[in-house]
Amino acid sequence: MRPAFSVIFLTTLIGVGQGLFLALFTGQIYSLAKLLPAQDSRVFYATGSAVALTFLVLGLAASVFHLGRPERAWRSAAKWRSSWLSREVIILPITLFLVFLYGALHYFGYTEPLFVIQGSLPVDPTLIVGVLATISTFLLFLCTGMIYASLRFLQEWHSALTVFNYILLGAASGFMLATAYSALLGIHLVGFYGAWAVVLTLAAFISRMASLMRNRTIKRKSSIQSAIGVRHNRIVQESQGFMGGSFNTREFFHGKSRLMLKWVKHGFIVLTFFVPVVLVGIAYRNSSETLALWAFVVQYIGLLMERWYFFADASHPQNIYYQSIA
Amino acid sequence: MTQLALVIDLNVCVGCHACVTSCKEWNTSGWAGPLTDQNPYDADPSGCFFNRVQTYEIGEFPLTETVHFPKSCLHCEDPPCVPVCPTGASYKREEDGIVLVDYDKCIGCKYCSWACPYGARELDEKQKVMKKCTLCVDRLYDETLPESERKPACVLACPTSARLYGDVHDPESDVSVKIREEGGYQLMPEWGTHPANHYLPRRKTRIHIHKDELVRSDNPLEKEKISKLPSSEPTLDDITSW
Ligand code: SF4
Ligand code: SF4
Repeated sequence: MRPAFSVIFLTTLIGVGQGLFLALFTGQIYSLAKLLPAQDSRVFYATGSAVALTFLVLGLAASVFHLGRPERAWRSAAKWRSSWLSREVIILPITLFLVFLYGALHYFGYTEPLFVIQGSLPVDPTLIVGVLATISTFLLFLCTGMIYASLRFLQEWHSALTVFNYILLGAASGFMLATAYSALLGIHLVGFYGAWAVVLTLAAFISRMASLMRNRTIKRKSSIQSAIGVRHNRIVQESQGFMGGSFNTREFFHGKSRLMLKWVKHGFIVLTFFVPVVLVGIAYRNSSETLALWAFVVQYIGLLMERWYFFADASHPQNIYYQSIA
Repeated sequence: MTQLALVIDLNVCVGCHACVTSCKEWNTSGWAGPLTDQNPYDADPSGCFFNRVQTYEIGEFPLTETVHFPKSCLHCEDPPCVPVCPTGASYKREEDGIVLVDYDKCIGCKYCSWACPYGARELDEKQKVMKKCTLCVDRLYDETLPESERKPACVLACPTSARLYGDVHDPESDVSVKIREEGGYQLMPEWGTHPANHYLPRRKTRIHIHKDELVRSDNPLEKEKISKLPSSEPTLDDITSW
């Protein structure tokens, strides 16, 4: 498939936004359980939510460039019963709203407990909204992953690993940003978020490697024989029927050399997984304020390459019909 | 239920592209507006088509055969392109099984084209909506056309009658009989899309003649070669004149 930059930015940016929200809320839960010191609502949670929201909105903006007719985008909520794309279109604004609400509640200080469960768990509005936003965040990950995983013709994508990759890569980049964020604020959560970011990055590494390995030995269901229905071992396309360009020859071919694909693959493995882990480790040891930010930036660049590769790697059965111009 | 479809006979298709041009002509001047092209008369032309004729070579020289292979939307009975559409712009008609795109609802997200294994959908680069073969739905029910012309433009254009059109759910229709009796098949059956369009394979008529069908035992030129039976009874050859 031809990688579309709108979709690459959409999926990576909302992944960061979702991951960052999850990181903030995880921090809040830890503080609630008295495992971490409580953070300032306004400075930490409200600002953090604003950053997460910014990423989500940027992702949404990128998605507009993917549509031929963005002015009709509202129509795409119609078929949520059957289409994962439609489901994503519904759950994305819900997530945006809940993250916004979460930040706003923190900003205006609605952190007085409404009631206390079993005398030990004080429930305030931010906790309720946080739980809802967490559910919505995971549903959004699920929808994004399933948009690709549900297409059975694209065998590279048609796997549960696709969904896991979206969840783990998004969460890893979000926790990485949370590490950078807390380092910049100068609060002592670098160790906490850094450890999570490393764990999630390694988990994403395992899951992404598993899908790379799976795709290396994929057995193609379609062949030129089944495509035109002729039983012969040697069938060669002499002409695809036209010599000019067409949607079929543009949309489904990445048009890049094998070598470039290989470089991008190795590049994203290094940049997404190894470099950030090392940088975060050093940042923690040296209590550096900016190194964690670099870890995030490098990982994000790695993720752009990872997403590019994700598309380029998938080969569509329609390509069988477009092998020779004339 | 009705399922209108095409049956394409690869045994008679000569690859003349008449169906391609008549499809383009009809559908670019039809109710849905033009099927746009980019740089049609310039370097690097590109355009939107519903139907293409491809050519394949089967086998190795000298045992080769050329197959011309027209390809358009197959109006699948279980179309994977329809449920993925977020807007409902892509739909399959209940009454005749034609798969259509509502150009007024389509947002041009291209998701349906990813979900079609046959590459039958093309984005119109000018109108920015997804397009595909409509089976000339705007001809089929047009009462201002004479009955004989209420058929897809490609079917009317085909000089060798390689394209047949009809209801593949009616077991007695022309197309169903052809599919049944001439080995009609579907493309990429492995995906379970159940294409309504069928293809008829290349067929060869061979006569099998055995030696003894060429040589009659009463052929006088062969008389000596035929061993006499050691019998005084008259043989069948003796009493009949064939
Ligand atoms: S051939 Fe493709 S576009 Fe046509 S109905 Fe089947 S899946 Fe849909
Ligand atoms: S491109 Fe149009 S018809 Fe296709 S899935 Fe998107 S909205 Fe539906």
